[in-house]
Amino acid sequence: MLRAIRHKSICPAFGAFRAFASAAKEMTVREALNSALDEEMSADPKVFLMGEEVGEYQGAYKISKGLLDKYGPERVLDTPITEAGFAGIGVGAAYYGLRPVVEFMTFNFSMQAIDHIINSAAKSNYMSAGQISVPIVFRGPNGAAAGVGAQHSQCYAAWYASCPGLKVLAPYSSEDARGLLKAAIRDPDPVVFLENELLYGESFPVSAEVLDSSFCLPIGKAKIEREGKDVTITAYSKMVGYALKAAEILAKEGVSAEVINLRSIRPLDRTTINASVRKTNRLVTVEEGFPQHGVGAEICTSVVEESFGYLDAPVERIAGADVPMPYAANLERMAVPQVEDIVRAAKRACHRSVPLAATA
Amino acid sequence: MSFSATNFAQPRPVPVGIRSNEKSLSSDPFRFRFRGSPSFLGSPHSLRFNPTPPLKLAIPHCRRSTAAAVTDVKSSANMLITKEEGLELYEDMILGRFFEDMCAQMYYRGKMFGFVHLYNGQEAVSTGFIKLLKKEDTVVSTYRDHVHALSKGVPARAVMSELFGKATGCCRGQGGSMHMFSKEHNLIGGFAFIGEGIPVATGAAFSSKYRREVLKEASADHVTLAFFGDGTCNNGQFYECLNMAALWKLPIIFVVENNLWAIGMSHLRATSDPEIWKKGPAFGMAGVHVDGMDVLKVREVAKEAIERARRGDGPTLVECETYRFRGHSLADPDELRDPAEKARYAARDPISALKKYMIENKLANEQELKSIEKKIDEVLDDAVEFSDESPLPPRSQLLENVFADSKGFGIGPDGKYRCEDPKFTQGTAHV
Repeated sequence: MLRAIRHKSICPAFGAFRAFASAAKEMTVREALNSALDEEMSADPKVFLMGEEVGEYQGAYKISKGLLDKYGPERVLDTPITEAGFAGIGVGAAYYGLRPVVEFMTFNFSMQAIDHIINSAAKSNYMSAGQISVPIVFRGPNGAAAGVGAQHSQCYAAWYASCPGLKVLAPYSSEDARGLLKAAIRDPDPVVFLENELLYGESFPVSAEVLDSSFCLPIGKAKIEREGKDVTITAYSKMVGYALKAAEILAKEGVSAEVINLRSIRPLDRTTINASVRKTNRLVTVEEGFPQHGVGAEICTSVVEESFGYLDAPVERIAGADVPMPYAANLERMAVPQVEDIVRAAKRACHRSVPLAATA
Repeated sequence: MSFSATNFAQPRPVPVGIRSNEKSLSSDPFRFRFRGSPSFLGSPHSLRFNPTPPLKLAIPHCRRSTAAAVTDVKSSANMLITKEEGLELYEDMILGRFFEDMCAQMYYRGKMFGFVHLYNGQEAVSTGFIKLLKKEDTVVSTYRDHVHALSKGVPARAVMSELFGKATGCCRGQGGSMHMFSKEHNLIGGFAFIGEGIPVATGAAFSSKYRREVLKEASADHVTLAFFGDGTCNNGQFYECLNMAALWKLPIIFVVENNLWAIGMSHLRATSDPEIWKKGPAFGMAGVHVDGMDVLKVREVAKEAIERARRGDGPTLVECETYRFRGHSLADPDELRDPAEKARYAARDPISALKKYMIENKLANEQELKSIEKKIDEVLDDAVEFSDESPLPPRSQLLENVFADSKGFGIGPDGKYRCEDPKFTQGTAHV
């Protein structure tokens, strides 16, 4: 049986499920991002969008569909293939109070611009002692897609989240996408907004509150997607969906899992995570990125530092395989965490005897 | 306005009335000689270049951008500068020179530390360009930014304190030598990575155009100057921005301070085609070469480029041939450059050249120039004293200004935002 769910939690496998009778509308993440961009651009003429194929092509993943027609080529700029150049141009424009939204076709390409994201965006407010703030948003799909190979599949959450001066957000549902993107655009600091290509087409129910044009989510607050009492599972982006599915399976076996959607990688909501671990005493961190120096490593350290006495089992860390992403479909499946991996790890944390290695 | 590559790529005979930028590169005998003997640049062991006699300072018949042949004109009606302008230029260059010399002194006395890159010898470029700007115009520089800051109007005290790492510096001691920022004077960096400032400058120019055309602020005609060196001209970001600036007709001037050396790498050894000004027309913008040791020539070229940008006709690439008298930084032993080359450029010291020009053309006398030098000495002594006496940044400053919105430090154990705790900045904190 499905457990009672308090918040407007989302189970994409059960698309029509709703917590409140008033949450009538469904929205894909793509529509959520598009509407957020549209509303912010309409509210503030200083907001503009810049990136490859954002204009006439309607966006490489159609996120910016219709925006060129509505706002014109001066505010929706198709750039040449020059990540370093246009990221830097965005930063320079942000120095002067404009609010650029710079789209990277995928965050893998952001590596060509990472100097500007870190050195001229993140550090400038500090280096100038507060004279120059950089209200810029760098957004785009992050992490693995399907069969796109090693150079198009890396997750950059850990890299950007280690840098002071940046805020790093990773939405999961449409509500997250809308609220966090609006918050990011309104934020006076550089924000790295990590979307996920495979989530763009997924539909989630949204309430009237989410649809309101002033809807904004706070940066730095995680969301408890599903309450539980036996084990805490933290996840972000696509892995939240997997964690929720895992929680369903675990529930059938009598393990009540609490699923935390991090939403914000930097600043990390250590308070919510630690409060949850103090309640459940067990932690499983889930992420798609490489394991070493990853988000899970940071969460584990935070819990060890603050709630060591509350832990009843070692922290279980689920991450992508420590290999460049292979192309073959079966290998790719093995290189990214699957629902079974999360279930197994949760059971291990609960001292069920389950072997460590993944089966093919 | 489009330029075909042939307009500037090859020299050709110059009829009267041609624009001064075309003239300066095709009729400049110095350039012709350069083209003929590749040994002029770079290689320290094979320098056999015989310089032309020092060029007469170019004086157009009229003050507009159309200029004719280079002649020597003595009458004051045709002076390139008035007495006031001349004294202003002289004072700015002396300030730059003396300031950098003082930096060297302070460094060796341990008051300054880290990386310090001095500008001695290149003052004509900074003064020639920046003194034509309005306060709202923007300057973006590299790590060799002290003199750009001074020319743009940042007080010597603020720059010196910043170098000493004191709380009274222009960035409260948080930036340092390589990261000078002043919002008030529109100096937006100070970047350590070469090439990094170019896209940022292009963005500042973009914001000026955006403000005028999208936000409809009619008075937004600000131009941006991006200063960078010869080494940067091999960097990808440079080309990306030449393309986008020309494509979107941004009000920017790319000023190359070609001092022939990138630390110990000679420009000739690093560049397939060392004539940097040619890269402008390849992207559809004007490309100009100018003698960067001559402040008046630089000023004439700068005037035209700035006017072009201000009226919305797009970017210009200006290559200034200049030289740094000191090493790349104070840590550089500077062993690779031929002393003969250094001596040759020392003879073309821009400050001596301007002094000579002013005195010969009766714009000022020895006495007035000496009094400017004395004044600057006093300004610098005051700056050093001020910096010495200024306090170091307090401990609480460590965590300040990481974010404009400090909620970025996240939520603390008590469920409130960390930055809301009044004691937040007092410890090194759990950030």
